Amino acid sequence: MTIEELELIAKNVKQENDKYDYEVNVCMDLACASQGAGALKDALVKAAETSEKKVLVRRTGCMGPCSHGPLVRLDPDETLYHHVHAESAEAIVKNLGEAPVPELQCDLNEHFDKQVRVVLENAGYIDPEKIDDYIARDGYKALLTMLVEMTPNGVVHRITESGLRGRGGGGYPTGLKWSTVAKANGDVKYVVCNGDEGDPGAFMDRSVMEGDPHRVIEGMAIAGYAVGASKGFIYVRAEYPVAVSRLTTALREARRHGLLGNNIANTPFNFDVEIRLGAGAFVCGEETALIASIEGRRGTPKPRPPYPAASGLWGKPTLINNVETFANIAPIMRNGGKWFFNMGSERSKGTKVFALTGKIANTGLVEVPMGIKLREIIEEIGGGVPGGHKFKAVQTGGPSGGCIPEEMLDVGVSYDALLKMGSIMGSGGMIVMDDTSCMVNVARYFIEFCMTESCGKCIPCRAGTAQMFTLLTRICNGTGTLDDLALLEDLCSTVKETSLCGLGQTAPNPVLSTLKYFRDEYMEHILHKRCPAGVCQMEAVNSATSIEVMA
Amino acid sequence: MSVETDVKTLVIDEQEVSARAGQTILEVARENDINIPTLCHLDGLSDVGACRLCLVEIKGNNKLLPACVTAVQEGMEISTSSERLQKHRRTILELLFAERNHVCSVCVSNGHCELQTLGQEQGLTHVRLPYRNPNLSVDASNERFTVDHNRCILCTRCVRVCAEIEGAHVWDVMGRGINSLIITDLHEKWGSSTSTCTKCGKCVQVCPTGALFDKSKMGSDHPKSPDFLPYLNLMREAQ
Amino acid sequence: MSKLKLATVWLDGCSGCHMSFLDMDERLLELAEVVDVVYSPIVDTKVFPDEVDITLVEGAVASVDDEKKIKKIREHSKMLVAMGDCAVTGNVPAMRNPIGPEAILNRAYIENVSAQPQIPCVVVPKLLRVVRPIHEFVKVDVFLPGCPPSADTFHTALTALVKSGPLDIPALTRFGA
Repeated sequence: MTIEELELIAKNVKQENDKYDYEVNVCMDLACASQGAGALKDALVKAAETSEKKVLVRRTGCMGPCSHGPLVRLDPDETLYHHVHAESAEAIVKNLGEAPVPELQCDLNEHFDKQVRVVLENAGYIDPEKIDDYIARDGYKALLTMLVEMTPNGVVHRITESGLRGRGGGGYPTGLKWSTVAKANGDVKYVVCNGDEGDPGAFMDRSVMEGDPHRVIEGMAIAGYAVGASKGFIYVRAEYPVAVSRLTTALREARRHGLLGNNIANTPFNFDVEIRLGAGAFVCGEETALIASIEGRRGTPKPRPPYPAASGLWGKPTLINNVETFANIAPIMRNGGKWFFNMGSERSKGTKVFALTGKIANTGLVEVPMGIKLREIIEEIGGGVPGGHKFKAVQTGGPSGGCIPEEMLDVGVSYDALLKMGSIMGSGGMIVMDDTSCMVNVARYFIEFCMTESCGKCIPCRAGTAQMFTLLTRICNGTGTLDDLALLEDLCSTVKETSLCGLGQTAPNPVLSTLKYFRDEYMEHILHKRCPAGVCQMEAVNSATSIEVMA
Repeated sequence: MSVETDVKTLVIDEQEVSARAGQTILEVARENDINIPTLCHLDGLSDVGACRLCLVEIKGNNKLLPACVTAVQEGMEISTSSERLQKHRRTILELLFAERNHVCSVCVSNGHCELQTLGQEQGLTHVRLPYRNPNLSVDASNERFTVDHNRCILCTRCVRVCAEIEGAHVWDVMGRGINSLIITDLHEKWGSSTSTCTKCGKCVQVCPTGALFDKSKMGSDHPKSPDFLPYLNLMREAQ
Repeated sequence: MSKLKLATVWLDGCSGCHMSFLDMDERLLELAEVVDVVYSPIVDTKVFPDEVDITLVEGAVASVDDEKKIKKIREHSKMLVAMGDCAVTGNVPAMRNPIGPEAILNRAYIENVSAQPQIPCVVVPKLLRVVRPIHEFVKVDVFLPGCPPSADTFHTALTALVKSGPLDIPALTRFGA
């Protein structure tokens, strides 16, 4: 495959699409599919066939506002329909070229206006199982251009220049990581894509892998060229069967088109990618545990150094980036590092995809420029808290993150600002909570998650999270004491400072942040045996041990 | 002309010491009689950095680093027993004592148990945390040895000695988190007729607590002797 | 200087700590010069006095009776000492926790009894579901681990406590000592 051939494909796709007057795009992502998007698409195809108009019905990946699903977008005029069901198919096709069907039309201008789509630029516009759709939207252009025009060093330089930081949560500068692996000694190197998304409420990576799989593959291939690797692995959790099947299809098509394999674009560059399935252990998102899992061993982390950049998969230098990080690579290569650098805030560049969930009107996927205020995301893009309830907190960063209260909402989103507030950027889960959520119970939920997901290798994480769970349970059911609270705080510090890997080191964050901002709720449980939000069930017996008396 | 040197000088607890490049902080500290507590580390086995007792503070680094796997660097300034470290060590030991059923008074290892000794050394007089009291099994099916999971601290020394030294890899870890369990073979009885155990007893000798013990030596007057390992390794290398 | 009031209490334990206490032998006389034993299984007082300076508690909290006692004792003691492993950790009495009290009672009073097997239900106090060390119920001032703590430990510790002198417990004793 050469650039010319690529452009030819793009041209053909455009010609093919030009044969149609109208395009009807149906979101077939999980949320829409679960509400009947499959039947809707079939009905639309049928309606299109019987209509005199030339209509192309296309299934696409996630369009974003999942709570409005099933979603349909009409092109070229970009009309968006929400809550569409199969019965409306005929009306939709009938009204094409005329006024939109009024009862289906949805006004989400505010939702979309504040978003900037880089990672999700193709989401909702391409059929994820058609490589030609991706190519028609400049797909693989970056890879092929770069292969014939740039040196690996040039590529690393461009990524460094862009200011991109790891989107998996840690925010490590991507360019620095790439150059470290590029400089590492070794004939064999690996590129690994971390698709082990496991945070409760997070589905950014799933949507990218399902909606635009080639973007990830292209990013990995570019990385392979930059660091000198010819083999890549995508580590996906087995709980994402659609993502696995889309990636499998995408890899097959990419190989068939000569975009993976040997001598890509007639250069000496060889690169291929294999999929490895995770068995659903959260800790396998930690890079050393992920490496162990790919190697076929028990997924437990190892002390670093050595870092994977020096000694990773099978002891070889290994570049590990998250799905969203790889998804940013092709646009950066196409548009330049400066373009990316000019988006975002001072030390956090570009955009970030968030999965908005919880007590918020527009749940779903959003992509916003770094530096945007949390309040803008929640109130304007997210549409605020529904049902007349009052906003209480937003949880970012999953079980490693923290809860941010109302008074901090005017802070701009960046790695550093979130860290300062006691949370983390994380991979992009954003759970909004209102006055019906008990913050002690929320902390308990996340600690329970970490307890069950701890690998058990190091003591503070294994036994510490279990003890924290016991103490939080006591506080929740009204049997906790001030001594228990003091012990809990003590454990937070030990688990945070002494755990072996990121899972344990960040596990206390939900407790620490709720203690910081919602301490009064803890006190209310302890001193007055009362749950202000009315969530926790208080136990009748006020004793250090729940006594059950024998006959 | 500069000659590359592979000798490092550093400071441990305000004491100036020298080390060969590649040595760990733990090795150098012990050479200089500076005691850093450990449980999962054992001379002669690979290190896993899991017990977190050997964490030390290094000037200029906010993170605590495990001495057993951290290589020395020129000019490092290391503190091995700050108040912060002592507090964490006590909490970690409390977590261990409360995790399973450690009843020192009736244990075969009473008096020569590494956990018990460490508890005393670190000044533990009681455990503030609630005891978990899990219901765990005892496997006495092997004709010579017994594994009592109530006393296991999951240090994985048995796993490593069996895989690395004996080459049998009978032991491994099953489950995760608080439910982790040391198992023999594929979670079969240790004394099963198809067991891959060679009955060499190395696992028993390296076990820091009374979790693994020799049936013929009941009572608490039989200390274990894991010191055979470095010697064995040395002799093997000499061959 | 008036003598300090010393009490010793026996909850769920084997009385071994009290035996070890008595093993101080002639040193008991020395102790008797500075303390009065106002309540103990080894003296004849039936009611716990209103004000005690130092109370040594042997045994874990295993029954509703133990729980009531330890709370009352705490109220009337200036200094509470957890004496021995049962009081400090739960020790042997707590070994029933993983299997629960039903299994233990069955084993002791039904399975192994040939004549009129029955679980006692009058006079004896009801059991708690889990046996706990005393500090899970009340504030403990001094922990003296050991099964039992040796007579020397008792002597050194009590001498220090009576004189409010320095006391390094980990140097004297440990769990299971």
